[in-house]
Amino acid sequence: MKLARDTWLVFQRQVLLMVRTPVWLVVGVVQPLFYLLLFAPLLKQVLGAGSYEEAYRIYVPGLLAVLVIFGGLFTGFSLLGELRAGIIERSRVTPVSRLALLLGRALREVLALMVQAVIITLLALPFGLSVAPLDLLLAYLLMALLALMTSAISYGIALLVRSDAALAPVVNTVAQPIALLSGVLLPLALAPQWLRSIAEWNPFYWAVEGMRALFAGQVGDSSVWQSLLIVSVLTVVAVWWSARLFAERVR
Amino acid sequence: MIETTGLRKSYQSRKGRQATTVDAVAGLDLSVAAGEIYGFLGPNGAGKTTTLRMLATLIRPDGGEATVAGADLRQDPAGVRRRIGYVAQGGGTTDTVSGREELVHQARLHGIGKAEAGQRAERAITAFELGEFADRPCQTYSGGQRRRVDIALGVIHSPGVLFLDEPTVGLDPASRAQVWQEIRRLRGEGMTVFVTTHYLDEADALCDRIGIIDHGGIVAEGTPEELKQEISGDVLLVGLTDGDSVEKAAGALRGEPALHRLETPEDGGLRLYVRDGASAIPQLLRTLDGAGVAPATIQLQRPSLDDVFLARTGRSLA
Repeated sequence: MKLARDTWLVFQRQVLLMVRTPVWLVVGVVQPLFYLLLFAPLLKQVLGAGSYEEAYRIYVPGLLAVLVIFGGLFTGFSLLGELRAGIIERSRVTPVSRLALLLGRALREVLALMVQAVIITLLALPFGLSVAPLDLLLAYLLMALLALMTSAISYGIALLVRSDAALAPVVNTVAQPIALLSGVLLPLALAPQWLRSIAEWNPFYWAVEGMRALFAGQVGDSSVWQSLLIVSVLTVVAVWWSARLFAERVR
Repeated sequence: MIETTGLRKSYQSRKGRQATTVDAVAGLDLSVAAGEIYGFLGPNGAGKTTTLRMLATLIRPDGGEATVAGADLRQDPAGVRRRIGYVAQGGGTTDTVSGREELVHQARLHGIGKAEAGQRAERAITAFELGEFADRPCQTYSGGQRRRVDIALGVIHSPGVLFLDEPTVGLDPASRAQVWQEIRRLRGEGMTVFVTTHYLDEADALCDRIGIIDHGGIVAEGTPEELKQEISGDVLLVGLTDGDSVEKAAGALRGEPALHRLETPEDGGLRLYVRDGASAIPQLLRTLDGAGVAPATIQLQRPSLDDVFLARTGRSLA
């Protein structure tokens, strides 16, 4: 109860701050939009897709996955900023739950990324994307979990390296193979067998597969429940890890 | 309100491959009574902030015991947090929100309900006279305004003990006086205030009792008056002409019955501690004259807290 109340309190405050400086929304939407306009048409040829609709159905889930994975992984910067400004220290000398301080912030990031995801989905509709509302909601749930997981991972890395200058290269190094091995840009069905075998160890690969199945209207596909299960478990682990680091390392 | 025995904290510092342990706080015994302003005076790096952060539950002590506002620091840090307020040296307001929003949010973090938090913010704005700017974003505040908001944030939940880390660093004299006034007002309301400072005049003017800290330990404790009386009598500052060496003058004066203590500060001259300055001057002058030393200047001073610090540590704080 207290955790829920405290998390809600921290979350509300964070959302207020976010609304006050809405630049993030423009930046967050414009970049995926470029991919949608300038990269997706290319795909139609490469994939041998029969129509734009088919190309977008494969491409948009991948684009959304990239958005939440990268968006989440870079949120550690805001935590470092708040640590430096003494804002977190002030909260720590109150009885507020330590986990709530972290969770409220991570959930703000989830909300921000989901707003961007909805906008991108809407923008893709005129290009021919079509998806059933219930499947889409399930896909959003999967993405929200992904965003929470990557935000928690980013907080953990930020607490380990404790410097802006170190965080960027570390996150990039972590994110790049994850993105390549999840088939977010092109489906890994096009990849040679050995590459696919490696990718199967990448949880984000399963997440992207699940997203694609949902956008293709195959809600019963085994990749859907598998991805939800894998991502749920990993989200719990990531939150637990970063919360423990937060309790230990914030001085 | 605050009792510590043998409080310790050390840090590992690395120089290349060699790790050395630095004792930031080495066995600290403190006792702060309810309703007093206790000043923690010492040079930078003496262990003031480390002590404060330990007492405010931000860092865990390596050893020793402490009770803060009736709660055990090690067994019940959550209990301590409920009963104390803490204002860091750098503050910690968010630029884009207003002082009022900060006050409400801080009250809510302490578990206070929404309506009550709003009322408390309103009362704080009146008490700290923040009305003029409370609804503007914090980034527009002057240093003094920001500091008053910081302190208001620290006491929004009416704690029994307030910790302030160097509350007047970087403030102009007028803002400084205003901060002192706020701190005295809080004491008037029954709050115990624990304040670190490296300003002698601040410790002297503001604090009811002072603990002087150096190298992680208390070297003297008492009211400013008690501490200064400890340096019984007066201080004579003797300036020498270029030709005379400090050693020669000091050698001549040693053994003088009127002289309690003799220091040779780094900036030259002699610092003599005597019972009664006015009557000691003629005799000391004669002695110096006998040794062939002719002082350029002699100044009579009442001892300051710096003299206490100098007497205890052999160094000057100012």
